[in-house]
Amino acid sequence: MNVREAPGDCYVVDLSGEIDVYTSPKVKDAIGELIDRGVYNLVINLQKVRYIDSTGLGVLIGCLKRVREHGGSVNLVCTNPQIRKIFDITGLVKIFGIFEAEDVAMKALV
Amino acid sequence: MNQAVTESVPELVELRIPARPEWVALARLAAATVANRMRFSIEDIEDVKLAVAEACTAVIQHEGHGEFIVLACAALTDALRVRVYDAGRHGMPAEGRGMNFDEARIAGLGVFLIRTLMDEVRYDVHPQLGTDLLMVKRLPDLST
Repeated sequence: MNVREAPGDCYVVDLSGEIDVYTSPKVKDAIGELIDRGVYNLVINLQKVRYIDSTGLGVLIGCLKRVREHGGSVNLVCTNPQIRKIFDITGLVKIFGIFEAEDVAMKALV
Repeated sequence: MNQAVTESVPELVELRIPARPEWVALARLAAATVANRMRFSIEDIEDVKLAVAEACTAVIQHEGHGEFIVLACAALTDALRVRVYDAGRHGMPAEGRGMNFDEARIAGLGVFLIRTLMDEVRYDVHPQLGTDLLMVKRLPDLST
């Protein structure tokens, strides 16, 4: 996992590999620390994520819920059709902004 | 004759893993390998992987689950039948430590995914005996 500061009071979180019941608590803690520091506008880049399950989705939902309490937002970058399918069938496409390019996801935050 | 007998008997693959998050990836990989040998499409293999992982996660998240998770994959001629259940000594549910609302909602999401991705699902949860999931993914009928 990698965190980058981006223009416009926004941070980009790059996730990679497999986000499952074992790895998602680490992701939750890392994003939670960012939010604790007052970062409420996030782009989470899932382009290098090979696999995500409901615990990973839970972390993203929890993160969105927290930043929205502060008027912030979370956009996702996702190009993997298998990952995108999970967002489609769970209906999460309706609550997350999901984009194919990082710059578009960042612009859509503001 | 022997060949006919072999064809009618499902090939069984069983795996027993500690009921801990770090072992779920192995169950996922094992189920994917069986599905791959059965010539499921890549998309169907991904569905099986996710359903098996969600089943293992359901076991682990159940208070007082057994020490082990058993994954049993039966390669039938027309389908993959997967059973995931917990076994071994069961722990005691912690006093007053149920799932909170958000945890319960995510667990519900896992079961929803299993039901969506697999063709047949039977899901039993028993307070003392634990979790028992039976799932079937059918091979596409290529004859039609």
